[in-house]
Amino acid sequence: MLLALILIPLITAALVPLASRRHVRWVALLGTLAPVGLVITLLAQYDWTNPPSQTLAMSADWYPDLGVNLRLNIDGLSFALVALTALLGPICVIGSFTAIKERVRTYYGWLLVLQAAMTGVFLARDAILFYVFFEFTLVPMYVLISLFGSTNRKAAATKFFLYTFTGSIIALAGIVYVAWWNATQPGGFGAWTFEFNSLIAASQKMPLETQQWVFLALLCGFAVKVPLFPLHTWLPLAHTEAPTAGSVILAGVLLKLGTYAILVIAIPFAPQAAITFAPLIATLSLIGIVAIGLVCWVQTDVKKLVAYSSVSHLGFCMLGMFAFNHAGLQGSILYMINHGLSTGALFLMIGMMYERYHTRSMHEVGGLAAKMPIWATFMVFFSMSSVGLPGLNGFISEFLCVMGAFTAGDNWSAGRAATAGSLGPTYAVIAGTGMIIAAIYILYLVGKVCFGPLREPAGHGHHGHGHGHDAHGDDHLPADLTAREIGILVPLAVLCVALGFYPKPLMQVVEPTVRDTARLIQDTRAKMPEYDLSPMPRVTPKAASAPEARP
Amino acid sequence: MIEKIHALWPEITLFAAACVVMVVGLSRNVQVRRLCVPVCFIALVAAGVLAWFTTPMSAAAMAHLPQYGKTLAAFVGALLLLLLVGTPDREYEDDVARGRAAFEPIRGTRGEFYAFYLFSITGLMLCAGADDLIWLFLALELTSLPTYIMVAISTGRNRSMEAGVKYFFLGALGAATFLFGFALIYGATGSTKYTAIAEALQAQYQAGPLNAIAVAGVVLAVLGIGFKIAAVPMHFYTADVYQGASAPVSAMLAFVPKAAGFFALLGLLSCVGWFRATEPNTSLPEPIHEVLWFMAVLTMTVGNVLAVMQNSVKRILAYSSIAHSGYMLVGLIAGPGLQKDSFTHNGLAAVLFYLLVYGVSNIGAFAVLACLERRGRDGQMEEADDIADLRGLCSRRPLLGWIMVISSLGLLGLPPLLGFWGKMPLFTAGVSSGDYLLVVILGLNSAIAAFYYLRLVGVTLLEAPDAPGRGVPVQPGPFPTRVLAGVASVAGIIMLSFIPLTNQAQRAGIYNRDPIIKRSAEPAQPAVPKPEV
Repeated sequence: MLLALILIPLITAALVPLASRRHVRWVALLGTLAPVGLVITLLAQYDWTNPPSQTLAMSADWYPDLGVNLRLNIDGLSFALVALTALLGPICVIGSFTAIKERVRTYYGWLLVLQAAMTGVFLARDAILFYVFFEFTLVPMYVLISLFGSTNRKAAATKFFLYTFTGSIIALAGIVYVAWWNATQPGGFGAWTFEFNSLIAASQKMPLETQQWVFLALLCGFAVKVPLFPLHTWLPLAHTEAPTAGSVILAGVLLKLGTYAILVIAIPFAPQAAITFAPLIATLSLIGIVAIGLVCWVQTDVKKLVAYSSVSHLGFCMLGMFAFNHAGLQGSILYMINHGLSTGALFLMIGMMYERYHTRSMHEVGGLAAKMPIWATFMVFFSMSSVGLPGLNGFISEFLCVMGAFTAGDNWSAGRAATAGSLGPTYAVIAGTGMIIAAIYILYLVGKVCFGPLREPAGHGHHGHGHGHDAHGDDHLPADLTAREIGILVPLAVLCVALGFYPKPLMQVVEPTVRDTARLIQDTRAKMPEYDLSPMPRVTPKAASAPEARP
Repeated sequence: MIEKIHALWPEITLFAAACVVMVVGLSRNVQVRRLCVPVCFIALVAAGVLAWFTTPMSAAAMAHLPQYGKTLAAFVGALLLLLLVGTPDREYEDDVARGRAAFEPIRGTRGEFYAFYLFSITGLMLCAGADDLIWLFLALELTSLPTYIMVAISTGRNRSMEAGVKYFFLGALGAATFLFGFALIYGATGSTKYTAIAEALQAQYQAGPLNAIAVAGVVLAVLGIGFKIAAVPMHFYTADVYQGASAPVSAMLAFVPKAAGFFALLGLLSCVGWFRATEPNTSLPEPIHEVLWFMAVLTMTVGNVLAVMQNSVKRILAYSSIAHSGYMLVGLIAGPGLQKDSFTHNGLAAVLFYLLVYGVSNIGAFAVLACLERRGRDGQMEEADDIADLRGLCSRRPLLGWIMVISSLGLLGLPPLLGFWGKMPLFTAGVSSGDYLLVVILGLNSAIAAFYYLRLVGVTLLEAPDAPGRGVPVQPGPFPTRVLAGVASVAGIIMLSFIPLTNQAQRAGIYNRDPIIKRSAEPAQPAVPKPEV
């Protein structure tokens, strides 16, 4: 079952070159719809609040001498992220029907490979297998950006590849070190394994300084992907230059690989180091939230604005994660899903606009509500979801992240809501400013593009308008959205509303991961005298966050 | 001497075949001369089978090294032969086909080219089985001398002559250096036999620090052998020679002398031993360790950084082959580790496995170059070399294009391709030996390598095919065997990525110095040098 989730897109990708140019998109659609079917089957078959631990697991030898194993398993968190990946698959394929006219086989083939690799990352339970998938996402993304992107695509693709590749090799060194540590522990001498649980168990005994090195090495690889503040410079370029589907996947899933990896690898492999580095990472996240938020404000390229906003948004995700309390972790995971939905949708919207006007500059287009009312409605809707309007999905996750940071203070008060942690209200307040900035730039974007006097690029609507894009078939796109385009936006919109009003099922699904991570950190803290906060009344995490869980 | 014969059947087979090829190559009949290639191929396969059954050298520290090394040499050698077929005749045939030269049955199909190739592989096998410094020296020279000639005759151009001469003189310098080193080792230990050297050095360890003459000898020998593996500072010839020679010959230069050099280093360093007298750490003795460490770092970095700057694909591959040597040196520095039969701790096994990985992956990239031909300004046929020649290859020639893409990504070490599985053991061995700085440098270098391999992939896979570099568009040459070599290489890359052959490398990499310690604990050998005959 799990293997099928990875293999179906991969096999379809192998079949794509055989299909005719006209049918290839339907083949691709089938290849992405099948995993959705599988996800729905999984959803119906199992109770994901208490996921089956072993029934779906599989393992097979790969490189036994290196201790590398094909080990797949699924838990609530993986399930949520796999579902997100599967959902975005067909949306990306359908969204590319009119945008991609040339080299369609190459395009859909690599899109399917990308789909398989991303699913693999979430299912892998062997660190090297994880790394293999993690790295293998680079090639399809590189091809997609450099073949189907806009003007500056070559540089963007190369920068994306080199940045991530460099980081992940250092992360590999970290993983190998932990495996070596595991092998040299009494009882495990000589036997190398990269299985997550054994590595996590062994790494708890690592001394603090070693853990810090391991953590930094892992962070090198994963923080680039997130991206954490000083390492984010590849992202705006890659996002802006990528084709629409590429941006959707980049924002929707690829960035989540980074946060997911930090949550399930970096933190459990080096929990003591994670605790000591928490203030640093939270600070970097805050810089990202505020500074990049301000950067968004001055953008005139619509796509670049949304791209930068991802950096700012993922800052919330990291902040919540490094609060290490129940609310923060819960919020962080919810943020991964919600950001995938709303930012993915925003990129789709911008892609639809671009297909019609061939520009992304706010100077050239504006007041589109007059001409494209449906588009404008969706645009406003997803902007609000992205900015965190209460009632939509963005709100609950952002709120939980900030609350997690707020209550994770150890030096403020011994209030009932306080949980152990090294962040505090200051962090929460700064993050709050970030929320205001987010509101400013998103409203600014919506105001410019959707409302006000109608502005269209010169020459638009005439035959042979001097863009040289005549071959792209934009002529037969109607002014407003087609049924196909509405069809791909509606599921996203429905999910945004559903998760905004009733996030409880999702929260329950990821609950085990949240609980385990919070407990791991608590136990670790108990072993670190300078970080142990036992004199403080420690409330159970559940009591601390449950009331706020429902808006 | 006679008792060694039973271990030498693969070499004897190849040598005999080389002599046969020499004679057959002189026949007046073209059909007979064409037999050279099948004879070579059969000989290599037979030698590979015989090598598989080589008895292990139980007295040596690495008992299974000869078996692995010889089998590897025969296996990769057979792949290389597919690539080498017809190399020196190509220009003449082209001239005949275009009416620029009269057809003379006596020219063409040069038997000596194949004979030299077999001699070189024989030398490589002898290196793997060497147990004596004199033997090692002769084996290294037998590997190299034929390659000088092969470079020079691989094309009719002056550039090949120049490359051959350059390669010869610098090769002679390298040989002189390691021969001097061998002489010093002999002076310090009183023997040229590996086992005797190991015992003498072990005795010196126990008495105190190593004899300075022995250390100087090993350092000089390592530097000299650095020429064979194209390690900094003996790497200067690499790019010019690879570019001057025909692509198949460059592919051979990237593997055969390099493998010979690593077998020699393994033999030599296993005499010195990976242990420090005082610490429980496994590492080479101080100055030797430092020399190798800096060599490895410089080799990796210089190779990769210079490769980034090139525009000629052959030069890119040449500099990257320097970098790959640097990666393998990391395995030598890490040493065998404390665990006898663990693949992950053993840097020597990692080196041996990497040789297989590199040998298989490298052929693909060179095969594509060898398959693509272009007319130079003088109207003569030449191989594709400029990176622009590869533009849009995946659309023009999907097979060749994909061979290039997969072998580039394989050489880069992108998981899950073979190169990654080659680098993994180097990583694990480096981490096990505790040299984290070196592992990080290795990692960063792999990242630099991404830059130029990605460029190769990008040009081949992504660029539009309608923009040929300059002059006449690059055409595929008429050699099905070269395409076959490329296909075999890619098949090997993909197959070995999923069917690990690490067992053999692991067994070959087992380094056992207990017998040496035991023997050296017995009454010491007479320290007076006694020349052996």
